[in-house]
Amino acid sequence: MVKVLKPGLYTSIQDLGRYGYQNYGVPYSGVMDVYSASMANVLLGNEVHAAVIEMTMTGATLEFNCDTSICISGADMAPKLNKTPIKLNKQTSIKKGDIISFGKLLYGFRAYLAVFGGFKNEKAMGSYSMYQGVTEQSVLFKNDDLLINASLKPLEKKHAAIKIRNTHFNTKKIEVFKGPEFHKLSKAQQSSLFSQDFTISKENSRMAYQLTGSLKNSLKPIITSPVLPGTVQLTPSGKLIILMRDCQTTGGYPRILQLKESAINILAQKFTGDMIRFSL
Amino acid sequence: MIYKLTYKLFSERSVLIEWPAIIDENILNDVILFKEKIRNNKIKEIVELKHAYNSLLVICGDDCFVFGTFKKKLQKLYTQKGPHVELRLKKWEIPVCYDDVFGIDLGEMALEKNMSKKSIIELHSKTVYTVYFIGFLPGFMYLGGLNRKLHTPRKSTPRSRIVKGAVAIGGKQTGVYPNESPGGWNIIGNSPIEFFNPKNAIPCFANAGDKIIFKSVSIKEYKDIKMLIDAGVYQLESEVIDG
Repeated sequence: MVKVLKPGLYTSIQDLGRYGYQNYGVPYSGVMDVYSASMANVLLGNEVHAAVIEMTMTGATLEFNCDTSICISGADMAPKLNKTPIKLNKQTSIKKGDIISFGKLLYGFRAYLAVFGGFKNEKAMGSYSMYQGVTEQSVLFKNDDLLINASLKPLEKKHAAIKIRNTHFNTKKIEVFKGPEFHKLSKAQQSSLFSQDFTISKENSRMAYQLTGSLKNSLKPIITSPVLPGTVQLTPSGKLIILMRDCQTTGGYPRILQLKESAINILAQKFTGDMIRFSL
Repeated sequence: MIYKLTYKLFSERSVLIEWPAIIDENILNDVILFKEKIRNNKIKEIVELKHAYNSLLVICGDDCFVFGTFKKKLQKLYTQKGPHVELRLKKWEIPVCYDDVFGIDLGEMALEKNMSKKSIIELHSKTVYTVYFIGFLPGFMYLGGLNRKLHTPRKSTPRSRIVKGAVAIGGKQTGVYPNESPGGWNIIGNSPIEFFNPKNAIPCFANAGDKIIFKSVSIKEYKDIKMLIDAGVYQLESEVIDG
């Protein structure tokens, strides 16, 4: 078991999400950055879909009540084991009573802590991912007890720290496909999407990232239609909204671009003020 | 299966199929039938199907997707005469209390429309609505069929909190908020029914294509129904209709 001593800014349990319930209006949810979360799981020898802790901007403080192993990936929030710095993307052995804490955010925006076997709190509709209205809790609170799938014994320590792709955190390139309504934009609008940088506004969450500035828009709303994580919507006032993992299942704004899966992961590590550039 | 459909690649692993861009029950039926046909064919690449008014999104698993081939497969399936798909659609009777306690925007609507509250309630509760799909929020039904006289613009400033069960009108649409949420629709009543329960294997009772009728109940009836629901013994009224 793991006790939450401090939850951090926005910390939740997530796995790869909830599939098969979109027809009931239930979002996919799941880790925002699948690349980093999978890295943490794989380095522990877990299945990629094992549930992990997702921390946003500031880390949590956690007390472990059992011997196990963990791996932290994604954003660098200066993790510490009993106040001694530990490496990212490397297995760390944990003894009963150990405390994991985090310091200053050095790069990225979301960090993942995987535990050997995965976390196993409330499962709803086939997934451990927290989402308001589907699971009892949508974030972790102080004094929460987190259960671990402890049926397996931790692996022998065998992996060296893995070098991760630096570009995952420092590229501003966001690779996209044309969205279903892309062709309705004028040539000038189309090219202005790719010839300028956009800045991430403070309206950014697990549901969507809104960009600052606006695009001249003459498109009318569409008949409500399916959307996906990574769908870029153009609102009537010309704002661009990029839907993320907790997004609604359908929407009525024109869908002008669609992020590649890898680009959603890259965007998940960005926050207010960061610049991005779309690339077809 | 007679419409001219378009097929678009949407993300690495989805195909968006679109019908003519109108809200129409015949189109809805065609969407639902094609969706069931695809489901019954158990195409191994497909992990999820979701539809809206005039569109169907076919979502595949990773790394098993060639758009051209897959599109041809779907096109062939659409035109191919298959076994009859039985839908077993239902008509549901949903109790709604339109009392002022719940219908907080009824007064304003009545003034603007120069109608009595009673006639608004009557118009709203005598229509048979069609469930087009569930989307937006978990358990939120997109209903078609709202009487033109009841079309009401969304509020200019949305409320930050609309209570669970609120029955509302927004533009040409009416619906029920399955859970507490922000929202800009005009609230005319409240239903004690659970529209979304994540603990049930099938979290919503209604399916796309089903019919809904709202039945006006008093506050006392509302409270009685609520009590039965909380005790887990309430039985929602429904009848099977022809698909």
